[in-house]
Amino acid sequence: MSKNQSVILQCEAVTVEFDGFKAVQGMDLALQQGELRFLIGPNGAGKTTILDVICGKVKPSSGKVTFQGAVDITRRKEHQIAEMGIGRKFQAPSIFPTLTVFENLEIAMRQRRGVFATLVAKLKPEEQERIEAQLKMIGLQDKAQWRAGGLSHGEKQWLEIGMMLLQEPEVLLLDEPVAGMTDKETDKTGELLHEIARRRSIVVVEHDMEFVRNFASKVTVMHEGKLLKEGSMDEIQGDDRVAEVYLGKRRDADVSRSTA
Amino acid sequence: MQLKRLTPQRLYILIGYAVAATALFCAPLYLSDFRLNLLAKFLAFAIVALGLDLIWGYTGILSLGHGVFFGLGAYAMGMYLKLEASGTSLPDFMGWSGIKALPWFWKPFESFAFAAAAGILLPALLALGLGYFTFRNRIKGVYFTILTQALVIITTTLIIGQQAFTGGTNGLTGFRTIFGESLGSADTKRMLYWVTAAALLGAFVLCRFLVKSRFGRVLRAIRDGENRARFIGYNPAIYQMLVFSISAGLAGLAGMLFVFHVGIISPSTMAIVPSIEMVLWVAIGGRGTLIGAALGAILLNYAKSEFSASYPDAWLFFLGALFVVVVVFLPKGAVGLFGKLKIPQRRQSKHEQEPIGHSAV
Repeated sequence: MSKNQSVILQCEAVTVEFDGFKAVQGMDLALQQGELRFLIGPNGAGKTTILDVICGKVKPSSGKVTFQGAVDITRRKEHQIAEMGIGRKFQAPSIFPTLTVFENLEIAMRQRRGVFATLVAKLKPEEQERIEAQLKMIGLQDKAQWRAGGLSHGEKQWLEIGMMLLQEPEVLLLDEPVAGMTDKETDKTGELLHEIARRRSIVVVEHDMEFVRNFASKVTVMHEGKLLKEGSMDEIQGDDRVAEVYLGKRRDADVSRSTA
Repeated sequence: MQLKRLTPQRLYILIGYAVAATALFCAPLYLSDFRLNLLAKFLAFAIVALGLDLIWGYTGILSLGHGVFFGLGAYAMGMYLKLEASGTSLPDFMGWSGIKALPWFWKPFESFAFAAAAGILLPALLALGLGYFTFRNRIKGVYFTILTQALVIITTTLIIGQQAFTGGTNGLTGFRTIFGESLGSADTKRMLYWVTAAALLGAFVLCRFLVKSRFGRVLRAIRDGENRARFIGYNPAIYQMLVFSISAGLAGLAGMLFVFHVGIISPSTMAIVPSIEMVLWVAIGGRGTLIGAALGAILLNYAKSEFSASYPDAWLFFLGALFVVVVVFLPKGAVGLFGKLKIPQRRQSKHEQEPIGHSAV
């Protein structure tokens, strides 16, 4: 159905209503294979809601979302969408606190998810190696046996990113991955993102403009549930409408780091 | 880390299990018949506790309705024993209610194999059905717990109301023999004790396999964050249904064994208070650890039988106070106390690791 073969994810005229309030109104979004896309906009613009629609957490009242050109995923359940290859990271780090770091990665790893499959599952040597490689990439190799609940905020975020990578999704949806991180942690997360973007398509919701500017990639601006502007960071910053609704109001905040 | 090395710690645990199993199976050598019978009953309760721990301790779903599953198992075996005791005539209570022929649903219980299978499968299927309608519709937390209470009320009301078919408030009793052997004889009792001990051991091994497998890690993941598990691609409802069903099946098994040792099953044994007591065994013993749940059931019931013999009125106050103490001071139960003693060392080693920290990518 897609016009372009390399479009992996396409939202067409997606509208979401919460008790009559339209959080998203006729939003279009096309994500290319291997693209790293930033989604920005003022609070309440509907950025998180559109991610919720893609991963199945919220059902749109109209419009459709096609994945890999063919399937409309808006009627699928969350776990089915996840299995098809769309991974989601929420704003707050959500790891499994009573499992160890290693166990978190082990169950996130791409595998069959049925009850009987997990009953008989044994950790194969190559799986062990993959998890260890992942632990190294996210810098937690010394804390593999820690309970994940005992990690710092930044470490939890990385663990979650590591879990998503082992899940091997085609499309990764990240909601404010650097919110609440120190500068050093933010830099490291940036490196992780660059690394990930080489192999996967990513949509990142972000408030931190400085962070976004580090990536030479396409930016989509949303405002009041609609698409306002799409283009490079320079084009976005040169746009009057964007300046009015978003950057204008936040010019001061733009310089310093802002999180919401 | 997954390789099973025989570390000293693991060796101690293995020795501990071996000693416990030996003590369990040799109990007839050093306990009087009366005590042995009591212990057998406690072991049956321990099986319920294991099942409850699976669903509550490991999956985070509180059921206050396990009395029903326990009772269904007990009634299934009770029906078999009652038919065997009645011989060719009708069970006595049916006659009192003016029933002339054996109701159709009693007939299959003439077979021990059927009764034994039904004692496990009926509760398991009931739980599966209840789980299907609740977990799939994401009913959880306190709402699920209230539903399980409703199940208890419905079931007990039904059994009491259908006196002609169920024996009503009096329940089923007056059992005489099993496989032609007298239930009262010491030899039979000893044999039944061994059967119960073996069932407990089997249940323990099964639960241990479940919680140590990747399946068990997914259960804990669902307990920690059901939604997160969903966005990784697991369907929590299927896992919850299966565990609830296994848990109910274990309660049914325990109920069958209970009937052998106690010789009576009535609605009061499966009512709300016993259902809550079952949860207390797990809470006080230590939820999230199998050994804690099993020991909690055995020791609390032992305490109950000792304590309530001398101070029958004070037992419930004591149990209540114990529960409050455990909830406030020992959220992981009595077994958590041992864990607490170990933690200081482990924390220290963690701090030692900390400076190594995180290398850049």
